[in-house]
Amino acid sequence: MTTQAGTLADVVSAAVAAHRDEPGPLLAILHDVQRELGYLPREATALLAEELNLSRADVHGVVTFYRDFRDTPPARRTVRICRAEACQARGARDLVAHAEQRLGVAVGETTPDGGTELDQVFCFGNCALGPTVEVDGRLHGRVDATRFDDLVGDLE
Amino acid sequence: MSTTVYVPRDSAARSVGADEVAARLVERLGDDVRVVRNGSRGLLWLEPMVEVETERGRVAYGPVGASDVDGLLDAGLLDGAGHELCLGPTDEIPWLSGQQRVTFARMGVVDPLSIDDYRAHGGLAGLRAALAMTPERVVQEVTDSGLRGRGGAGFPAGIKWKTVREQDGLKYICCNADEGDSGTYADRMLLEGDPFTLVEGMLIAAHAVGATVGYVYLRSEYPAAAETFRTAIEIAYSHGLLGQSVLGSDLSFDLHLRIGAGAYICGEETSMLESLEGRRGEIRAKPPIPAVSGLFGRPTVVNNVITLATVPMVLADGAATYAALGTGRSRGTQVFQLAGNIARGGIVETAFGISLGELVDDWGGGTASGRPVRAVQVGGPLGAYFPEELFHLPMDYEAFAAEDGLVGHGGIVVFDDTVDMAAQARFAMEFCAEESCGKCTPCRIGSVRGVEVIDRIIADQDRDANLAVLEDLCEVMTDGSLCAMGGLTPLPVRSALKHFADDFTGPGATPPPRATPDAMHLEDRHPKPIAGNVGTSSTEVSS
Ligand SMILES: Cc1cc2nc3c(=O)[nH]c(=O)nc-3n(C[C@H](O)[C@H](O)[C@H](O)COP(=O)(O)O)c2cc1C
Ligand code: SF4
Ligand code: FES
Ligand code: FES
Repeated sequence: MTTQAGTLADVVSAAVAAHRDEPGPLLAILHDVQRELGYLPREATALLAEELNLSRADVHGVVTFYRDFRDTPPARRTVRICRAEACQARGARDLVAHAEQRLGVAVGETTPDGGTELDQVFCFGNCALGPTVEVDGRLHGRVDATRFDDLVGDLE
Repeated sequence: MSTTVYVPRDSAARSVGADEVAARLVERLGDDVRVVRNGSRGLLWLEPMVEVETERGRVAYGPVGASDVDGLLDAGLLDGAGHELCLGPTDEIPWLSGQQRVTFARMGVVDPLSIDDYRAHGGLAGLRAALAMTPERVVQEVTDSGLRGRGGAGFPAGIKWKTVREQDGLKYICCNADEGDSGTYADRMLLEGDPFTLVEGMLIAAHAVGATVGYVYLRSEYPAAAETFRTAIEIAYSHGLLGQSVLGSDLSFDLHLRIGAGAYICGEETSMLESLEGRRGEIRAKPPIPAVSGLFGRPTVVNNVITLATVPMVLADGAATYAALGTGRSRGTQVFQLAGNIARGGIVETAFGISLGELVDDWGGGTASGRPVRAVQVGGPLGAYFPEELFHLPMDYEAFAAEDGLVGHGGIVVFDDTVDMAAQARFAMEFCAEESCGKCTPCRIGSVRGVEVIDRIIADQDRDANLAVLEDLCEVMTDGSLCAMGGLTPLPVRSALKHFADDFTGPGATPPPRATPDAMHLEDRHPKPIAGNVGTSSTEVSS
């Protein structure tokens, strides 16, 4: 069995190796590492900086600029609600309020049991069939409160 | 012989159950059916829309749920038999046959990942025509077609290409597939439903300007589009469409897909280039323009997906054919995207010049809620909100600019009469605050202040003074921002104030008369400095 540190270093090295010949590879590498580990632990970004000959501040600056990158482990489930205009026109504001109440957390938070993270996105490109909700990477259109409860109920 | 049934792979169709429909069909019929996962025809309110290949051509059904499949099969779906969900022969659906499909001609028709299907439906004709011409001639054709950038700014594609053509050395084609605007989804649909058209458009651009490497920068919110397009690239390589000597010609072109990471600003071209180089997506000051110094400092064509995907049709049918469509300086067609609270949401591709009202009422059928339409936002989060009084406006870059709006990427978001336009104006500022790259003060600080000021107006605190502050803020952002993020955020805000002034009166207050443009021009507008140095232009006061 590999140690945690061993795994982490392996993941980072593999990601760097996979993009070694590409110009400007940092985003692609970060995506790879996050896909493997679920998030970007500090040790991973430190290792990355070393391997790519960048300063830690450079890597940190990139990680923090983009909403997708996270430095904490994700919850078991991620529920993301579209909050952009076309979904607003179909009731996204009410749906967000309902979701917060149903899950007992605010947007951006994880339920106390660590089970479900509620997040927001500005547009999934499903703007004719809103409100749109994504559950663990799967898109759902025309989600009203009842349907939201069904989707979240499925998780429990 | 198995029957061919089409069930879209489009993300919108899948969001309402297309995968389950496809699975049920296969479960019931096994090898008796060949299920093709096509792109969507664009009648999104009828998704999942299933089509069956019959002797009479394709017959459509929709919206089909997984639970409808058994009943449809019993009724004779595979023979194209009648059923309450039957929409008739696809080609005869008026909503579709009434459109002028140019860029989206193959959308929903072909198997997105079949090169044979692509060829059989006119694919590669544009590239072959281009390869038979000199690069200069290709640039001229694109210029003559009048094709303008569909990503937002509407800059003539041919003129941009000419600039890049005139530079020396290594050059890039970068396709902007960041599609962050709410209400827009045409880029996504094309990548999922007809990806080879984009590959072909980029090849033509490469030939025209002398580029050898291309990137597609795709937002991370579109994982299905990424998967389909990545496969399309592999297939294109295996058929000699990418790599060395494309189609046996002198053209060599390598194409890469890069995924964004959740930042709206990375749709702005210089921010996108920074991101492609692996950095924070901070805006670069222009000049130099990307056409001269773009990706890794090299001359770069940056074009939107739809711009590039239209080029094959321009080359295949000739510039004059394309330019014959449209109005004024807006030539050709636009892939309009009907969105929000709309009864018949989806793609309407038609020539520029159609009115906003025709799109919303005739094509869109008004609201989905059945309530009156109150406001329509055109052109994404940086676009203006218009009332029904402006529904006569023709879809035309200049006509929209004259009304302080923009056509942008062609997204049209409909709101019914329950909309609170002060909340929409507040959201425009909130969105700008959330998505600002942080490089300049008018945008970064101005948007945060904008939210606060609108909150005070809504709460009826010192309304007149705060309205004046808001107006000043808008002016500072318009004049002093480095890019159009901060520069255009005032469009939705000001349009809401101008056309929907009633909504800015707080609880319990008597609504003032509907503001005319003049009423909003408050006396004595001395811009209050907002935190930090906002640049000299911010001190100008107009009128
Ligand atoms: C804040 C902001 C966001 C933008 N987002 C996009 C986008 O998502 N897709 C796009 O093609 N253009 C976007 N643009 C416009 C690009 O900067 C650029 O004009 C365009 O990609 C050029 O291609 P075109 O001439 O084919 O339209 C955006 C501009 C701004 C200011
Ligand atoms: S206007 Fe906003 S997004 Fe554009 S450069 Fe300035 S801070 Fe960045
Ligand atoms: S606005 Fe919600 S999916 Fe586009
Ligand atoms: S073709 Fe379907 S009912 Fe006539």
